[in-house]
Amino acid sequence: MALDKYGIAKRIARELQDGMYVNLGIGIPTLVANYVPEAITVIFQSENGILGMGPYPAEAEIDPDLINAGKETVTLIKGAALFDSAESFGMIRAGKIDLTVLGAMEVSENGDIANWKIPGKMVKGMGGAMDLVASAKNIIVAMMHTNPKGESKLLPACTLPLTGLRCVKKIVTDLAVLEITPKGFLLKEKAPGVSVEEIKAKTLGRLVCPANVPDMHI
Amino acid sequence: MNKVVSNAQEAIKDIHDGVTIMLGGFGLNGIPENSIAALVQKGIRNLTCISNNAGVDDFGLGLLLQKKQIKKMISSYVGENAEFERQLLQGELEVDLIPQGTLATRIQMAAMGIPAFYTPAGFGTEVAAGKEVRYFNQKPYLMELALHADFAIVKAWKGDALGNLVFRKTTRNFSTSMAKAGTITIAEVEELVPPGEIDPDHVHVAGIYVHRIFQGQQYQKRIEKRTVRMG
Repeated sequence: MALDKYGIAKRIARELQDGMYVNLGIGIPTLVANYVPEAITVIFQSENGILGMGPYPAEAEIDPDLINAGKETVTLIKGAALFDSAESFGMIRAGKIDLTVLGAMEVSENGDIANWKIPGKMVKGMGGAMDLVASAKNIIVAMMHTNPKGESKLLPACTLPLTGLRCVKKIVTDLAVLEITPKGFLLKEKAPGVSVEEIKAKTLGRLVCPANVPDMHI
Repeated sequence: MNKVVSNAQEAIKDIHDGVTIMLGGFGLNGIPENSIAALVQKGIRNLTCISNNAGVDDFGLGLLLQKKQIKKMISSYVGENAEFERQLLQGELEVDLIPQGTLATRIQMAAMGIPAFYTPAGFGTEVAAGKEVRYFNQKPYLMELALHADFAIVKAWKGDALGNLVFRKTTRNFSTSMAKAGTITIAEVEELVPPGEIDPDHVHVAGIYVHRIFQGQQYQKRIEKRTVRMG
């Protein structure tokens, strides 16, 4: 069965390693913070100026002066640090962030990503996404395999305005885990109960399928 | 030296139609509420506003948008404002969307007296149109120019009569760089204290950058997304 957004977040949480500094985008990526294995310490960065972002506050802890990049009220962990936006993007540009997880509207088989604009329809802006994808050492995209119309979001080339070129390393969808390789999307894992045929049918870009594709562990 | 003014009306008294204003804040976090209200009240038009976001429909810069006082917005993310999106798609509003880090650093460069810098953000995208591309260590970068403004308006937690500013939690965001970048910088603060009350070690923006300061009133500090932990 295809995963829901929580399943996608749980699978991405398995990529976390002790000591990582991680930036999570808005949407499914934000959920990853809920599934950090207890044995490891991961520090979450929020690009509006936090290292050491904690969980949402209890009602009594809400502080309007403390939000994350998604404009949500949050808390700070013990040992957190605060800074301004220019410094925050300085640490992003300088490659200090170990892992960036973000959503996408489209990903191409060479790792291009589009996630900020639908011409004539939606103009929300790129926020920090272009800075993050241009400089991050490791980028994982968290998204549904198809759009609400059922069309593949894994394409030979993006059709929407790009956010960044050849930057995505790994994609976790409701159906599969895929890596970007010179030959296209390499199918690494499939959601339990999902067939390789279904993934093939819903992947428009070049898909490389090994003989054996294991189920995801979540 | 007298930087202290009595209120927002006095602080913005020489802001006129057609100027460029930087406004601090991230979403509604740390926005100069009193000054925005005074700009709305004064009815100044044809403004170019530099701000990471455009407020929401009924607060922050959304109030200026509703009255059509803004000619052009320079921002990175405007997704929380339906009126903004409407004006943009109808062609009523000019918009320059800039990657957030590029925006922050363009402002910071103005604050530091550096005319331009190179960043990889936006290479290969429509943001790169018309920009110089230069390679360093085989990697492509776009040249981006420092971003200046006639006025910068920020809101700090505490300030003193000499213009030294201290911010609280995530309200530093764009405000510290903007405060340093403005040709004329106006700071509104929750608490105005005499010189000496702020520990020099704790100053986020040194007074040299700030031209006018006043103690604001009745801060609403609206929360855009009130997210709460269960249990």
